[in-house]
Amino acid sequence: MANVIKIKKGLDINLKGKASDVLLNGGNSDTYAIVPDYYNGIIPKVVVKPGENVKAGSVLMTDKNRPEIKFVSPVSGEVVAVNRGEKRKVLSVVVKPEAKIDYVDFGKKNVSSMKREEVKESLQEAGMWPFIKQRPYDIVAQPGDTPRDIFVSGFYSTPLAPNFDFMLKGQEADFQTGLDALAKLTDGKVYVGVRPGSAVQPKNVEVVTVEGPHPAGNPGVQINHISPINKGETVWVVNPADVIIMGRLFNKGIADFTRLVAMTGSEMSERGYIKAIAGCSIGSLVGNKTINDDHIRIISGNVLTGTKVLKDDYLGAYDVQITVIPEGDNINDLFGWALPGFGKFSVSHSFPAWFMGKKKEWTMDARIKGGKRAMIMSNEYDKVFPMNIYPEYLLKAIITFDIDKMENLGIYEVAPEDFALCEFVDTSKLEIQKIVRNGLNLLYKEMN
Amino acid sequence: MKALRNWLDKIKPNFVEGGKLAMFESVFDGVETFLFVPNKTSKSGVHIHDYIDSKRTMTMVIIALLPALLFGMYNVGYQHNLAVGIHPGFWLTFIYGFLAVLPKIIVSYVVGLGIEFAVAQVKKEEIQEGFLVSGILIPMIVPIDTPLWMIAVATAFAVIFAKEVFGGTGFNIFNVALVTRAFLFFAYPAAMSGDQVFVRTAPVLGLGEGHVVDGFSGATPLGQIAIAPKELIDSFQAVDVIGHPITSWDMFLGLIPGSIGETSVLCILIGAFILLFTKIASWKTMLSVFVGGAIMSLIFNAIGTTVSMGVSPLDQIFLGGFAFGAVFMATDPVTSARTETGKYIYGFLVGALAIIIRALNPGYPEGMMLAILLMNVFAPLIDYYVVESNINRRLRRAIK
Repeated sequence: MANVIKIKKGLDINLKGKASDVLLNGGNSDTYAIVPDYYNGIIPKVVVKPGENVKAGSVLMTDKNRPEIKFVSPVSGEVVAVNRGEKRKVLSVVVKPEAKIDYVDFGKKNVSSMKREEVKESLQEAGMWPFIKQRPYDIVAQPGDTPRDIFVSGFYSTPLAPNFDFMLKGQEADFQTGLDALAKLTDGKVYVGVRPGSAVQPKNVEVVTVEGPHPAGNPGVQINHISPINKGETVWVVNPADVIIMGRLFNKGIADFTRLVAMTGSEMSERGYIKAIAGCSIGSLVGNKTINDDHIRIISGNVLTGTKVLKDDYLGAYDVQITVIPEGDNINDLFGWALPGFGKFSVSHSFPAWFMGKKKEWTMDARIKGGKRAMIMSNEYDKVFPMNIYPEYLLKAIITFDIDKMENLGIYEVAPEDFALCEFVDTSKLEIQKIVRNGLNLLYKEMN
Repeated sequence: MKALRNWLDKIKPNFVEGGKLAMFESVFDGVETFLFVPNKTSKSGVHIHDYIDSKRTMTMVIIALLPALLFGMYNVGYQHNLAVGIHPGFWLTFIYGFLAVLPKIIVSYVVGLGIEFAVAQVKKEEIQEGFLVSGILIPMIVPIDTPLWMIAVATAFAVIFAKEVFGGTGFNIFNVALVTRAFLFFAYPAAMSGDQVFVRTAPVLGLGEGHVVDGFSGATPLGQIAIAPKELIDSFQAVDVIGHPITSWDMFLGLIPGSIGETSVLCILIGAFILLFTKIASWKTMLSVFVGGAIMSLIFNAIGTTVSMGVSPLDQIFLGGFAFGAVFMATDPVTSARTETGKYIYGFLVGALAIIIRALNPGYPEGMMLAILLMNVFAPLIDYYVVESNINRRLRRAIK
């Protein structure tokens, strides 16, 4: 086949706690919430008041400057709280669900006979627009743009990644419809990256087989290898699980945000998938499926890019995975830097981890394991950064905020998640994803 | 272990801002992180981190240096024995060398780390580990008879003016240990070259008493080559301190006069293996230095008008500080080229320049130090052009 990408650089971190392909109980949340912080590039404007009754699909919040970007309630029920933090920043809009979900009827539609504007409007009305993210800047897509291409990575490659083949079972029709809808939004192509031998084989799109270690599943990497972004171009990116929800909108006429969430991590006693609605509470998913209650870290998402959450927080807007790992704050590692360190995972051969083979599953905790330093080692980032970009030089340009250099070195092609592995392997323990995120935000402000 | 942890937790409040001993905050932090891996957990970004940190990295480099250092100690004793004509056996030979070298290590660490600790406290930063490596490199690249006060002055100069003024570990332009060496070389030339400094003839703590034998000369092979008259080009033979000929095998093993840690190519190769296996040093830089040196000496062999031009590539690599510089100095990640393509160019030029200086400059028998320092200056330029080619590719793509 012509469309094969082989990724050589990268790293698969073989962690303990993979989800098996089974369905678990859980996900019946007492409250559901929209959390603005999970979305990049929007300023929330809440349009409901506590006490109002809403349906699943009713608008709760819009973007202040672009009211067509709507955020809808995933369930029907009563708005119980609009939580605000410092400077009245919106933290969450919380809905208490009814026993039976009452959906707003958007009407079944046949995507193939729809025009671009109609598809856009349907997605926006039903609160699906925030699923679409754009590069550059890695923010919610500008509704006015027409992207050069749209990229959907049809698999997850992060540590303990959910198995999208399993998540897709029974949803193939909705996935296809979702892709057809996306195809209406661009003059270019819709690319779907898949693993060799994957069951994900959609039609009417450009299917690209991607081989190699993480970050092969990052759309940013796939874009860089298929057709890199040039200055002035925009491409859109949608997560595969969200494509299913988009397709469901057209096939069933409702905003049904039900999806499978993988329960993973070494501290999870039961591992598998839970059928849950977006915005559910973490507690409703994790329940008492953890081995311990103390000294654990619950992550909405994966260990590289996820968000640290507590049980009364809410599932991340784009997340299809919960990972629970040890926090490690109670570990006193005497002379850890000097002792041989069996059982410690390191890419470098200065720990005997190389000796244990690739099959060994590692348990890793959330300690940083060292002090922050200036960049000392060279070529650390390059080894796990499979793009035609010099990560170290781009980072230095971002730190010094040299706009010309950032542009020249490829800032428009990257998202913070692409740097996650750099941050993992970094000897100097720099917060690289944060640096990139801040750089992108500043640049966006500067350019718009 | 638990008791130690509890004790540290108990005294910790004294050292934080506002505590009685707050002026030693950095020192306390240094000691604490020396004892225990910090159990601070990540707040943002990735939730798991690789176990490697800069302490581990520096420890690995020091381990890689140990074979050469231990051999250097033995060799100090060995050369001394030759010079005074005694045969005290392996252990006494080693102990003599150990006692001769140890004060240098202590002086280098005390002066360098003292400055680092003070600067860290003034800047309210963590103590950085960079000097742990520089501090052991410095005694290894000086002649055994360098006075301790000179080492102290040179170390202080290098740490302050080659490192801290630039911002500390990771920001320096020049290799700190080499700046120390260069400072000694130019500030005290008489004490740093010539026949008398590379072999200690005096006893240490009453050990190794004896009279210098007749016909003793402490000149290093490179020193002999540099002053050898042209006529000897085909018949030149380097000799050891008592006039016996030196073979390439001797040079490889390292039982020849020279700076403390640089003589044994075998031990340096063991260190190289450790550095390459742990992936701390770049094989690209290392290999390119050897390739650059070998090619340059072949060119000089072809011209071949003086003794120093006629030295074979293998002997050039075995002699002096070439191998030591290639393995431990040129590969310093901070001061060498940081791009992968750049490393080939940087390494090649280091090797080539070292041989050019050796062959053409009658004033300096050894060229490695100056070659690396010179290329330290050019490393950012090399990287600039490598990165620029990536930028140009991106611009061309946009225009297309």
